[in-house]
Amino acid sequence: MPKWITQVGCPYCGSSCDDLEVLVSDDGKKVLETRNACVIGNEIFHHASNPNRPTRPRMRQEDGTVKEITYDEAIDYTAKALLKAKKPLIYGFGSTNCEGMSAVGRVAEKAGAVLDNCASICHGPSFLAIFDNGYPSCTLGEVKNRADVVLFWGCNPMHAHPRHTSRYSIFPRGFFTTKGNMQRTIICVDPRETDTAKLADIHLMIDQGHDYELFDAFRTVLRGHDIPDVVAGIKKEQILEAAGKMKNGRFVMIFYGMGCCHTDGRNHNVDIAISTTRDLNSHTKASIMAMRGHYNIAGPGQVWSWQFGFPYCVDLSRGTHAHMNPGETSSIDLAMRDEVDCFVNVGTDAGAHFPIEAVRHLKKHPFITVDPNICMASEISDLHIPVRIVGVEEPGVVYRMDNVPIQFKKVVDGPDGVLSDEELFDRVYERMCELTETEPIWILNRGHAHGSSTAEQ
Amino acid sequence: MKEKIVLNMITQRAIEEGQAMEKGKTTPEYFKACSIVEMNPEDMKKLGIWRNTNVRVTSEAGSVIVKAIEPTQYVPPGLAHIRQGVWANQVVPPRTQSTGTPQYSGFPVTIEPAIDERIKTALELVQGAVGLWKEGGN
Repeated sequence: MPKWITQVGCPYCGSSCDDLEVLVSDDGKKVLETRNACVIGNEIFHHASNPNRPTRPRMRQEDGTVKEITYDEAIDYTAKALLKAKKPLIYGFGSTNCEGMSAVGRVAEKAGAVLDNCASICHGPSFLAIFDNGYPSCTLGEVKNRADVVLFWGCNPMHAHPRHTSRYSIFPRGFFTTKGNMQRTIICVDPRETDTAKLADIHLMIDQGHDYELFDAFRTVLRGHDIPDVVAGIKKEQILEAAGKMKNGRFVMIFYGMGCCHTDGRNHNVDIAISTTRDLNSHTKASIMAMRGHYNIAGPGQVWSWQFGFPYCVDLSRGTHAHMNPGETSSIDLAMRDEVDCFVNVGTDAGAHFPIEAVRHLKKHPFITVDPNICMASEISDLHIPVRIVGVEEPGVVYRMDNVPIQFKKVVDGPDGVLSDEELFDRVYERMCELTETEPIWILNRGHAHGSSTAEQ
Repeated sequence: MKEKIVLNMITQRAIEEGQAMEKGKTTPEYFKACSIVEMNPEDMKKLGIWRNTNVRVTSEAGSVIVKAIEPTQYVPPGLAHIRQGVWANQVVPPRTQSTGTPQYSGFPVTIEPAIDERIKTALELVQGAVGLWKEGGN
């Protein structure tokens, strides 16, 4: 009998939904059906059974073709490439578990590498603003139960976080929000009329790139001063109306996304968003949250902060201490200045998502991809090592966008012989220790993900 | 009618892109979802093109052929949108304002008709950029 597995976590967006139900085949090897998942989550669970998925490491040959090799050979190649490089860059981690991130930390320290995650090209500016200005945030549960004015600024959850609005921010009925969306006022700030903007009571169609000015206008109004007739393309009356709704709300929630971080101003846009939240708190209760993109992209920020004291752009190449300085130790800048001589892409696709010039620079040196699937990075790599898919074939801890840790399950067995990220990087670490004739240092119990998986089943 | 038009480009997510990406970046779905530029019909008129015409998008960082379509989510005149992914990243400037984050949104592009030009596949673009592309694939 096929079996329904309930309370399954979804390894796609930052909403990290943990209410999926997955029907698996008799032998526990194939996903047959999913419930509650969005269209993207559904695709991930079904993709695991794709017969064209690689199940052995593939090494690129001189003629450009690839040849299957063993995991031992792949581990040896990776260990040697990392040891040989003066300043390797290990980047990615949008889609893996915290156990894998922690294992990579040991490898990076041994290699004297720069350790960076997808926040570097995403919510990195948020980190900078949070360091400067604090982070008056809350959990998504509080949003669901309390928020009656919800602001989406430069984010489009209907496309990027498909179930965010139904689980947390617009539609659900909560403890103090018993009437669900009837009780919530939705304000959207976006230069396009996105599908999220269509759901909003007030859509402020801002001139692209003028977010700072509009935030500033809100702060000015909230402090009781006058503003010009038009700010950032928005009429004064509309700004006053939106500010009035926020002031009169019982709990104002500001969600912001790449509209702030990817455009001119970067961290300054986030900085003033945080200041606006602080100003709002002199009128009512207000909170702010970054719309983190992937289900565990908050994870490396947590794990590496424990390990090294910094969430991203962690430069361990000095060998004595960790150093972080985005702009200097960030992946794109390192690539553009040709400062790295080996690139390891883990659980992401730098080939598709880096500006192409940065990819060109990185490709001058050994280029290794660790990812379950064929992607652009894997197709230009010297070595592609497939791993199990976290959340589908591999359990583990993930951090949701509100930094709440969630234990994800596995629902099916991975392909025979394919390693997890954690197993792979632990073996790379051991091999590096062998090659350098040093003793491996294990601080924590190993096999944590596996211990918890048996407890869950 | 003009030969060229300068627009402000943003590159962001779309659910079609997300779904296609999880299916695989070498699939026809991904090609269809991402090798497009959404622009206002008014701007198309200025450029003298019909919808679903191939255009060349050029920025300070590079150039790419994509198909101009009417916006799936309204884009005002003056603004253009390529969904994040391989085609967008051919033109995204890698400058980071010292934050590490490239200029994925808010950079000027020139758009010109390229009716007879072919849209390259994702693999052709990325492998081509690093000298690995071979006709017929590897």
